[in-house]
Amino acid sequence: MWGIYLEQLLQSLPFFLKGLWMTVAVSGLSLLLGTAVGFLWGIVRASRRRILKALIGAWVDVIRGTPFLVQIFILFFILPEFGVHLEAFPAAVIALSNLAACFICEIVSSGIESVPHGQREAAVSSGLNGYQQLRHVILPQALRVILPPLVGQYVLLIKDSSVVSAIGVMDVTRAGWLTVQRIPQGILVFGLVGLLYFAICYPLIQISGALEKRLGRSSRR
Amino acid sequence: MLETFNFRVILEYLPLYGTCLLATLWLSAAGLAGSLAVGCAACAMRISRFRALHWPAAVYIESIRSTPLLAQLYFLYFGLPSLGVPVSETTVGILALTLNSGAYMAEIIRGGIQSVAPGQIEAAVSSGLSYLQRMRSIVLPQAVGITLPPMLGQAIVLVKDSALLSLISLMELTRAGQILTSERFMPAEGFLTSAAMYLSIYYVLKALTVWSRKRLIHLHTG
Repeated sequence: MWGIYLEQLLQSLPFFLKGLWMTVAVSGLSLLLGTAVGFLWGIVRASRRRILKALIGAWVDVIRGTPFLVQIFILFFILPEFGVHLEAFPAAVIALSNLAACFICEIVSSGIESVPHGQREAAVSSGLNGYQQLRHVILPQALRVILPPLVGQYVLLIKDSSVVSAIGVMDVTRAGWLTVQRIPQGILVFGLVGLLYFAICYPLIQISGALEKRLGRSSRR
Repeated sequence: MLETFNFRVILEYLPLYGTCLLATLWLSAAGLAGSLAVGCAACAMRISRFRALHWPAAVYIESIRSTPLLAQLYFLYFGLPSLGVPVSETTVGILALTLNSGAYMAEIIRGGIQSVAPGQIEAAVSSGLSYLQRMRSIVLPQAVGITLPPMLGQAIVLVKDSALLSLISLMELTRAGQILTSERFMPAEGFLTSAAMYLSIYYVLKALTVWSRKRLIHLHTG
């Protein structure tokens, strides 16, 4: 019996690969945007601008304190009430980028704070301006602390992207959900879905672990 | 926006939100209890020297960590009935939360055990303590303090993850928002109320995390 279903499933493999491409597109785009915004927020958060810091901190708390599913529903169902009609794809990218930015902001700011204070003082007394301090002294050292958890965070975000299937984005999870209506073998169908996610996430987890070992060791000198 | 925001509807649906808040708390607590048990077992197996114990635990932990909870939830929700195992949505929901969080718990516990200084274990060995005695009186008491903050962090994740159970039509906070959206066409009122309730749970758990971190620092310095 499983043989027939397996054959049907293999026939719909292109459909799943299309879904995989959508997952990669949504999470890739969001990770790029989220990393850029997250670094910006993180740098501000580690700075001395009190009001901006507090604002970003409050926003990060709101996003970290609510489920991603609820955030997506709010963006997708409430914005139309203000006359802003978003398609599922841009809504998904905006929501996931924002989530990414909030988590990355925390990683970046604690990375910057891990750089010893004397480094900044030395940079100041060498006559570097604010941007030069950051670019040539602080960030290169902070990156060591930032990189391993950043890659780990990417894995979490790629997995979170499965939630956008709830507003109809045709990603791998959605492909599985549609296929299981036709091929009633949940184990097979979602086994395949899991395998496709595994293929992306497992290597990244290994990279994160390797980075942690390498960078962690060299900074402990 | 605020002039059209209908507080009366929220008041009218408040009993529903109350029930759903309790459901979210209950589902997450059940998931937390389950994942602690699964996590302990999986961690004990993973650090074991016996390959027959080590490998299943490693495969379980890695495959959970590399796939999304939603896919795992659907795997169980559509998979168990196709195997001829009749289960209710509630059981599937708690099972998915337990298995998912269990893998992360196992890693948290492993981190805690490995953070105990090797000198401590050497000292215990040379004092003639057996493996179980070492675990019980040297390693675990220290590991528990270290693992408390990340475990509370995992509890925060669990509460948020329980929102996904609304997708298999379990009654919880996110579902309450969906109901308000479909019955009254008021998504703003519905989902913002859900969000506010999640946020209040988050702030309580966050305060607990901060407290447990401070306590940990006291333990190490005092």
